[in-house]
Amino acid sequence: MRRMRGVRLAAGLFALGIGLASCASDTQPGGDGGTSGAPAPSTVKVGLAYDIGGRGDQSFNDSAARGLDKAKSEFGVEVTELEAAQGETDAQKEDRLRQLAESGHNVIIAVGFAYEKALSAAAADYPEAKFAIIDSAAPEAANVANLTFAEHEGSFLVGVVAGLKSKTGNVGFIGGVNTPLIQKFEVGFEQGVKAVKPDATVQVKYLTQPPDFTGFNDPAKGTTAANGMLDAGADVIYPAAGGSGAGAFEAAKAKGAMGIGVDSDQYNLPALANVKDVIITSMVKNVDVAVYDFIKAVKDGQFKSGLQVYDLASGGVSFATSGGKIDDIVPQVEEYKEKIVSGEIQVKDTK
Amino acid sequence: MRTLSARSVLLGLAAPLGALLFAVLVCALILIVSGHSPVTAVDSLLTSASRPRTTVNSINSAIGYYLAAVAVAIGFRMKLFNIGVDGQYRLAAMLSAALAGAAFMESLPSFLRVTMTVVAAMLVGAVWAGIAALLKVTRGVSEVITTIMLNAIATNLVAYLLNPDRLAEAVPGSNNISTRPITEGGQVPGIAIPGSTSALFGLVFLAVAVGVGYWFLFGRTRLGFEIKATGLSESAAVASGVSVKKMVLLSMLLSGAVAGLIGLPQLLGSSHSYALDFPPGLGFIGIAVALLGRNHPIGMAFAALLWGFLDNSSTSLDIAGVPREIVLIMQGVIVLSVVVAYELVRRYRVRAEQRDVGRALAIQKSPEEVSV
Repeated sequence: MRRMRGVRLAAGLFALGIGLASCASDTQPGGDGGTSGAPAPSTVKVGLAYDIGGRGDQSFNDSAARGLDKAKSEFGVEVTELEAAQGETDAQKEDRLRQLAESGHNVIIAVGFAYEKALSAAAADYPEAKFAIIDSAAPEAANVANLTFAEHEGSFLVGVVAGLKSKTGNVGFIGGVNTPLIQKFEVGFEQGVKAVKPDATVQVKYLTQPPDFTGFNDPAKGTTAANGMLDAGADVIYPAAGGSGAGAFEAAKAKGAMGIGVDSDQYNLPALANVKDVIITSMVKNVDVAVYDFIKAVKDGQFKSGLQVYDLASGGVSFATSGGKIDDIVPQVEEYKEKIVSGEIQVKDTK
Repeated sequence: MRTLSARSVLLGLAAPLGALLFAVLVCALILIVSGHSPVTAVDSLLTSASRPRTTVNSINSAIGYYLAAVAVAIGFRMKLFNIGVDGQYRLAAMLSAALAGAAFMESLPSFLRVTMTVVAAMLVGAVWAGIAALLKVTRGVSEVITTIMLNAIATNLVAYLLNPDRLAEAVPGSNNISTRPITEGGQVPGIAIPGSTSALFGLVFLAVAVGVGYWFLFGRTRLGFEIKATGLSESAAVASGVSVKKMVLLSMLLSGAVAGLIGLPQLLGSSHSYALDFPPGLGFIGIAVALLGRNHPIGMAFAALLWGFLDNSSTSLDIAGVPREIVLIMQGVIVLSVVVAYELVRRYRVRAEQRDVGRALAIQKSPEEVSV
């Protein structure tokens, strides 16, 4: 059901490339924001349009929902949440955004790059409302903020962890769906592994090809792919594959190998409690922070349009230490983090 | 032979309307049990029906659903289950989008470009369905199996082709992969509707033409009659000189050709390129719509409009606090109950006809008995 998830991730990565090019040395998100702060609206009514899967997908949408919940409880703002359906057209997405604007919502967040075309059409007709789109550098408009993430930087760091923790010098990357965007997870991860272990082997496997997006939601495929890698000598698996990752962790657990989480701090996810022991770290993507920051900015009259990159420097992506399995190497990983933030290491985002 | 008596019309409508009513009742019950108000749901459905934009979007969705239903229905008439409509239209949409967007097409006149796109889509759809047909007539492989498998193959083929090294390009500033965008001359302009921000797809006329063609084929031509006859009884058709293999091949090719058209209204009217987010799954919706519309050209049009309306009203329901999933439940219940309702109506019709015949015979017989 979560067919667009990979695209979403990929979109973010792509946007990242653009973002980094223009504001690589920024320490704050919001490098090339266009307009200055607008006056704070008297009442804030937040509308959030999810991508397919919606609240409860244990992943991307849930992260956006966390940010929304936090804003709701802190600011007491009124919120409406709408969900996308499978196989819908741009017209239906546009209708969703328009209905939110028509029903008086003045802060509207579109989760996922799939909303790009729809937002471009809708935002133009509601100049008073402030829009945000997650994971897309397009469209550019005076009332649109583009919130994107530097997933390849985060992937580099978990690559460093994998390289340091691997005893066999052989690690695996499982991509959910082979899109250019998920390839950026792969590229960052591989670069990180090679940074600490230049002669290491990185096995790469994508579960499905687009437009078959089941690779993001099929744990059985994750298990099969992980077993293949473990049999070929890998001892650390990094599945950037949404719900399929659970299957990879199970395979790792059965063979006494290690796994790396993605998007959330997966060690702490209740749904993964039975395999948490193998999750040594996670590449955390703070969509919740982006959503919360955006709502807060509009509420305070600090809205900024344009590209805002959530990267390592701004804490938009990070690596998790829950479980204490990498306590011994945290200083080394932090060192690499500093190097990326300072620009000493440039992480690639394309093959 | 179809005499249009009041009873046959009523019986024809009884099943779909009964199923619809049953589905509404089930949904109302579910809403009440889950603590939502059916009144709110109906109210927001009415609100969305009165919004021009939703109406236009509903019709636009229905255009694709209708074409899909016709494609499926052509197979149904021959007792062939073409589950591969989905793969046929996705492959056709992708390849015809690549053709329509190709640079050499830009110098051609608009009419020629659109015609070439439409013909290319039909050919691709027909070829893809033709593989299943060939396997059936030469090797006797069930088309149910082959068309499902061909769906998966189409998915992988499209994935292979939709790559910057082959038929697609990565557009800077976008995060999608798509075929080269179709320039204005290759598009089909929409029909502006007052009060609506979306335009009605220009290819609505294509759907109407396909509907008329479908009616003409099965109502007025020998080929249509032979396809129907073969579907009803293969042995009877063979006895009267119909080549079953030829009929299988022809009906699958026709079904595939129509399937090829499914994506075009969206492609040429709105998307203008085949991208990762091109709407999938229309082929399966077509099966439901053909079932509900009883393979009838007008029945399927109503069914497609109903489906389109339900799909496009779900956001209004969501905003009103009614879970949008109720739309899926409703569509599911309609499909299940319509199948049951058809069987009930069929049995009733058979009994009623037997009664009629019995009565007619009794009337004829009685004078003879008297004379004996």
